[in-house]
Amino acid sequence: MNHIALKMLMGDRGKYLGIIMGLTFASLIMTQQPAIFVGILSRTSSFILDVGYPDIWVMDEKVQFVDDVKPLQDTELYRVRGVAGVQWAMPLYKGMLKARLSNGTFQTCNVIGLDDATLIGGPPMMLTGKLEDLRRSDGVIVDIDGATGKLAKPALEKDGKPIPLKIGDTLELNDKRAIVVGIAKTTKTFQSQPVIYTTYSRAVGFAPRERKLLTFVIVKAKAGENLHALTKRIKETTGLAAYTQEEFIELTVTYFLKNTGIPINFGISVLLGFLVGAAIAGQTFYNFTLENLRQFAVLKAMGASNGTLLRMILLQAVLVGSVGYGMGVGLTALFGYSMRNTILAFKFPWQLLVFSGVGVTLICMFAALLSIIKVIRLEPAIVFKG
Amino acid sequence: MATDIAVDCKNLTKVYDTGGDKVVALGGIDLQIRLGELMMLVGPSGCGKTTLISVIAGILNQDAGTCEIFGQNLLTMQHREKLKFRAANIGFVFQAYNLLPSLTAAENVSIPLILNGIKRKEAEKRGAEILEKVGLGSRTRSLPSQLSGGQQQRVAIARALVHNPKLIVCDEPTSALDHETGHHVMQLLKEVALHKDRALVIVTHDARIFGFADRIAKMDDGRIDSVVDAK
Ligand SMILES: Nc1ncnc2c1ncn2[C@@H]1O[C@H](COP(=O)(O)OP(=O)(O)OP(=O)(O)O)[C@@H](O)[C@H]1O
Ligand SMILES: [Mg+2]
Repeated sequence: MNHIALKMLMGDRGKYLGIIMGLTFASLIMTQQPAIFVGILSRTSSFILDVGYPDIWVMDEKVQFVDDVKPLQDTELYRVRGVAGVQWAMPLYKGMLKARLSNGTFQTCNVIGLDDATLIGGPPMMLTGKLEDLRRSDGVIVDIDGATGKLAKPALEKDGKPIPLKIGDTLELNDKRAIVVGIAKTTKTFQSQPVIYTTYSRAVGFAPRERKLLTFVIVKAKAGENLHALTKRIKETTGLAAYTQEEFIELTVTYFLKNTGIPINFGISVLLGFLVGAAIAGQTFYNFTLENLRQFAVLKAMGASNGTLLRMILLQAVLVGSVGYGMGVGLTALFGYSMRNTILAFKFPWQLLVFSGVGVTLICMFAALLSIIKVIRLEPAIVFKG
Repeated sequence: MATDIAVDCKNLTKVYDTGGDKVVALGGIDLQIRLGELMMLVGPSGCGKTTLISVIAGILNQDAGTCEIFGQNLLTMQHREKLKFRAANIGFVFQAYNLLPSLTAAENVSIPLILNGIKRKEAEKRGAEILEKVGLGSRTRSLPSQLSGGQQQRVAIARALVHNPKLIVCDEPTSALDHETGHHVMQLLKEVALHKDRALVIVTHDARIFGFADRIAKMDDGRIDSVVDAK
């Protein structure tokens, strides 16, 4: 009876497409919105991953997430270096500084200062110039998004395109001159400010004078060292907070989950997608069954069991569910692909497939259940009614 | 019990209870239908004809009395057994044809066979053969919407016949058709559907087809008034 069930379903083009559209919509919303959510969340800690190398991050105890700057005294660096099991420990400056653009406006930038000698923690990928060029006087490396966007020079003629920063251009950071020596690609961060890399000592020079300026101490453990034991040891000897890379990411993500409206906003979107999809698809599917009630009654009169009819309806539900789910997920992937070069945060891990799959399954089960109840209660004697 | 009795109803009673109003649709029906005969059920609208054939076909339970179909009491049968019995032994023809609109003629006709456990391919092949018999050999792939009313009713008759049931029940099979087409449909039922191992019960208003009956049972107000030999 399976082919009959499928033909019944597809014979009613309008309803069939209506159900599919409802499910596609639900599946799209339930995949695309979480993908943006995951994208945004992963951006919150992309700096940590960009720095890459270190096993352990050491910082002030009160730091809640990666952009929460609570500087340390420079001497802490030496205390960390003194802990047993530390292969190396380097300073890392991270701070928001104002850059003055050539047209006189100001732009806040995320300035990263790398250890002068080793330059550890630099951008993941250089587009032009070399990281070592930072050793040239006043040298800074600007990220490509900043260079072509917020830090670009105004167009020469009216309505022209802004001119991207390039090597040799200058900027002023806190009234101090900086010369662009390279353009880098960085992973987009949550705040989407331009990122400027320079040496630690120069970064500290750019920053307003304060007693404490060391943001992080990044640590590489000796080979074979247990990272958890080492973080514990660093904490105990220095009284600072120390996290492995994963722990620091988790700390950051948890902060955003707990302290921002992001989860609730996306949660509401997903819920609405689910409800609207369930309403459209469930309603249309139920209507489809109602309209075919006479056909089901004829089958019942001819001896089809409730089990057979139930399987037919389930099969119909599975078909529309799979098609709708596939289309929704496909559209999401297409959406993500077409947005790949934009500012939009989008990440599509396989878990999202499971998530929206479960959502669509629930909708289909709900729709099928209503129909199944109706058909099981159906009296075959209605077949003779006009 | 005589083996040539297809249907044996004794004191059948059915009361519809529609929240307050009680409608006595069958008020004690005694009726026997023989194998090999075409029995017509006639009577004024609302007298209980449809109710009676619904009980006979095993798709409606009576409130009292017994109805034996080929010696079997459907009322006391297990639900599953009853479905199997219906699938194997009963063919239906309706006033409104009740074909599945998205299935071709051959697919529609194949349904009773599929419900009896026959594979789809074989079922559709046999469906096409029966369609040949009812004069629709060239229309096996047509959808109901592409067929005339008379042709649709012929497909429905083919569907009622295809699994070789011992009893065929028809409710107003010609009412939706013009006189001539109705006549052809009756001829088909009489010549192709009826044979010595099968009984036909046909409910009708249409006096012009009374001539096809072997016997006519006249009903009024939930009772059989008379059963007359039409030959
Ligand atoms: N499902 C039902 N619920 C309540 N009353 C019903 C139901 N079905 C039939 N009846 C009533 O039972 C009586 C007999 O109905 P039935 O349909 O058997 O008549 P009929 O002889 O087939 O009439 P017609 O020639 O108009 O088709 C009528 O009074 C009808 O209103
Ligand atoms: Mg009737």
